[in-house]
Amino acid sequence: MTFRKIDLVSRQNWQSLYNGEIIHILVGTATCGRAAGSMAVLEAIRREIAGLEGKARVSEVGCMGLCSYEPLVVIVKPGDFSVCYHHVTPLIVPQLVEGYVKGDDPCLDLALGTVAGGGDEAVYIPELDLFKHQARVLLRNCGYNSPLEIDHYIACGGYRGLSSTLEMKPAQIIRKLEKSGLRGRGGAGFPTATKWAACSQTKGKTKYVICNADEGDPGAFMDRVLLESDPHAVIEGLIIAGYTVGAGQGYIYVREEYPLAIERLEMALKQAKEKGLLGRKILGLGFSFKIEIIKGAGAFVSGEETAMIAAIEGRRSWPEHRPPYPAEAGLWGKPTLVNNVKTLAYVPLIIQNGSDWFAGIGTGNSPGTALFALAGKLENTGLAEVPMGTSLRTLVYDIGGGIKKGGRFKAVQIGGPSGGCLPEGLLDTPIDFDSLKGAGAIMGSGGVIVMDEDNCVVDTARFFIDFSRQESCGKCTHCRIGAHHLFSILDDVTKGKGSLKSLEALQALAEDIREGSLCGLGKMATNPALTTLRYFRAEYESHVLEQRCPARVCKELTAYYILPDKCYKGCDHCVLACPAEAVFSDEQGLKVVDQVKCTKCGSCELVCPAEYNAVIRLSPVSLVPENRRTKPQTPVKEP
Amino acid sequence: MNTKESDLSSILNHNRRHPRYLIATLQEIQSREGYLSSEAMLEVAGFLDMSSATVWGVATFYNQFRFTPPGKRPVRVCLGTACHLAGGQLVMEAVARELKIEVGGTTEDREFDLDRVACIGCCALAPVVTIGTDVYPKMTPPKVEEVIVELNPPSAHKD
Ligand SMILES: Cc1cc2nc3c(=O)[nH]c(=O)nc-3n(C[C@H](O)[C@H](O)[C@H](O)COP(=O)(O)O)c2cc1C
Repeated sequence: MTFRKIDLVSRQNWQSLYNGEIIHILVGTATCGRAAGSMAVLEAIRREIAGLEGKARVSEVGCMGLCSYEPLVVIVKPGDFSVCYHHVTPLIVPQLVEGYVKGDDPCLDLALGTVAGGGDEAVYIPELDLFKHQARVLLRNCGYNSPLEIDHYIACGGYRGLSSTLEMKPAQIIRKLEKSGLRGRGGAGFPTATKWAACSQTKGKTKYVICNADEGDPGAFMDRVLLESDPHAVIEGLIIAGYTVGAGQGYIYVREEYPLAIERLEMALKQAKEKGLLGRKILGLGFSFKIEIIKGAGAFVSGEETAMIAAIEGRRSWPEHRPPYPAEAGLWGKPTLVNNVKTLAYVPLIIQNGSDWFAGIGTGNSPGTALFALAGKLENTGLAEVPMGTSLRTLVYDIGGGIKKGGRFKAVQIGGPSGGCLPEGLLDTPIDFDSLKGAGAIMGSGGVIVMDEDNCVVDTARFFIDFSRQESCGKCTHCRIGAHHLFSILDDVTKGKGSLKSLEALQALAEDIREGSLCGLGKMATNPALTTLRYFRAEYESHVLEQRCPARVCKELTAYYILPDKCYKGCDHCVLACPAEAVFSDEQGLKVVDQVKCTKCGSCELVCPAEYNAVIRLSPVSLVPENRRTKPQTPVKEP
Repeated sequence: MNTKESDLSSILNHNRRHPRYLIATLQEIQSREGYLSSEAMLEVAGFLDMSSATVWGVATFYNQFRFTPPGKRPVRVCLGTACHLAGGQLVMEAVARELKIEVGGTTEDREFDLDRVACIGCCALAPVVTIGTDVYPKMTPPKVEEVIVELNPPSAHKD
């Protein structure tokens, strides 16, 4: 079938969905929605609209990126507002169906706002601060189109890039990418055109292309959302890559921890094959291409391209020395192109909309958008896509809605375990590959974690180095052993056992590890420690000089204390909640934490009723008055 | 024992016989059996004509593989960055305390096993625990106690 015919059929199917009569209900069922309960909501909607065939239908869609508002439901009503409801539960579904599907009440009190129509009566979601600063290029279909139906993707312009590609020469495509300035989104920002040209020019009958969907940063999930919400965009990009470099086989390497992404990819691959967009003689022309999904077995280092190649070959995921680069000798020694999920997803759009369109977004050196996973102490967590060059401040305050519950901003960690931790003074840093690097952070994975005054930067650096040391593959001594030492120094600091000398050792060791490691894992694993030391030295010094953790997080340096003038005496919440039986009553009935028995689990603080709020944390522990540290040893005779 | 062996041979038949399918084969075995037994790995080594040391080397490299039988209900505490900052470690300690097992262990009655995961991607709900396929959002040590007691009432224990 020609593309024109495929396109026509898809449009007809699409229009039959939105033909001006049927009410269309969209439920976000990506992983984050499911975790918040969207499958039960979906079921409830199906139940409620049974019997309304021809009037209403429900579709599963991906993720809009508004994780903190999940489960989300959008009701698209022809000729009326399209309303987006947040925190939907099965219990309010009947109300929504009764109100807006059967009736004409849009239930605006339950809505986040409208996505179309609404005028002055309702909040228009695209105008919310949260959305206004975004440029939704990769996310354009996420949450609107069903990832389960290829027709939705095609009807919205999908596979048109592929269709044009097949009429172009590889050199033309590479020139287009070069003009667009696209840089790889896997972390390092390597120019995509250069990589494609190298692989395309390497002689060889057999070549491979790999989509890197390993996303190992424990706080990043953009690639997962794209695969779950718009899998065809990635598949289309991969086919174009295969055609350009002259590969007949593509692999998508996905983390095994992403079962839903794998399921949706499998379905999308099947549908693309059925339409003749994948497989033998694509669109009836000369190019044939196959795609296989490889499930990662859980190793952060597998995200590194040469380690990934080893994993696909069935071996331990050990990085190799480069050169030779994969583009020259990669999978089974053949020329291989490795690109990130997002990099590939941009490609069809660049082909379709032109290089100038892409180059016009973002900054000169870093064109296009940046996709971030926002998490931590923010009001709005989830995904955000902004033009490159947007400041961190906009990301944190406008899109992220600022710090939760009015807390105070302390730091933002960008790029996960390989990234850096930046202070308030650097919030005006523009987000682009080069500026972030200058500040000691990296674009990296795109995970953005915001910390407030209740988070300890030393503890956070310890957390990341703990991750990296566990994930070190063991090949290079500096990374394998050095990361362990780095961890034990940081661990000592969090226990108040370090000295100013430990901080010097930390700095020196971190620099050595960076020099002595082969791959980016070791080279960048020290970034969290180096940046926190650079920007938050005072906090380190409080730990080692005063045995004080200003955020009162580090257990050894923190004590739970019950304020005698706030304790109500009469309630026993803390006593009952304490798993260590460390809370006792003094002779006046006031509760006291026995510092010897206390395991610092925090249960007493959590259960103390808000009207008393008697449990506090103190650091250093010497702040606890001496006479309220342990139970007096006088034996009490019990009858 | 017999049925188990035939199970494995059905997996080994499905896969093509090439070292590149080693990881995929191990994944399939684990998804069916719950873990990789030494017997299973020896059989895979024989089938793919690889040394058992190589098979062990690969299997132990990756976090996904486990070598002891799992509990009926796997408990996973997320210790990704967002969960860590929201107190995930305290939650982990609470679960370990309530189940009386260590991270990586299985309860004596094989009802639960406990492990950490490095981010399941619902950072907005941090800290998160999953038990089987159920997700428990915004956990605290007291909530952990409630959930475990509910799932595993003390009366169910023989002692
Ligand atoms: C330890 C480590 C982990 C990595 N993890 C990923 C990853 O999860 N996803 C990714 O796309 N690239 C990752 N990379 C980068 C890849 O090696 C490679 O540069 C990238 O896939 C190239 O794609 P791009 O040109 O589209 O950016 C990682 C690198 C290192 C050193």
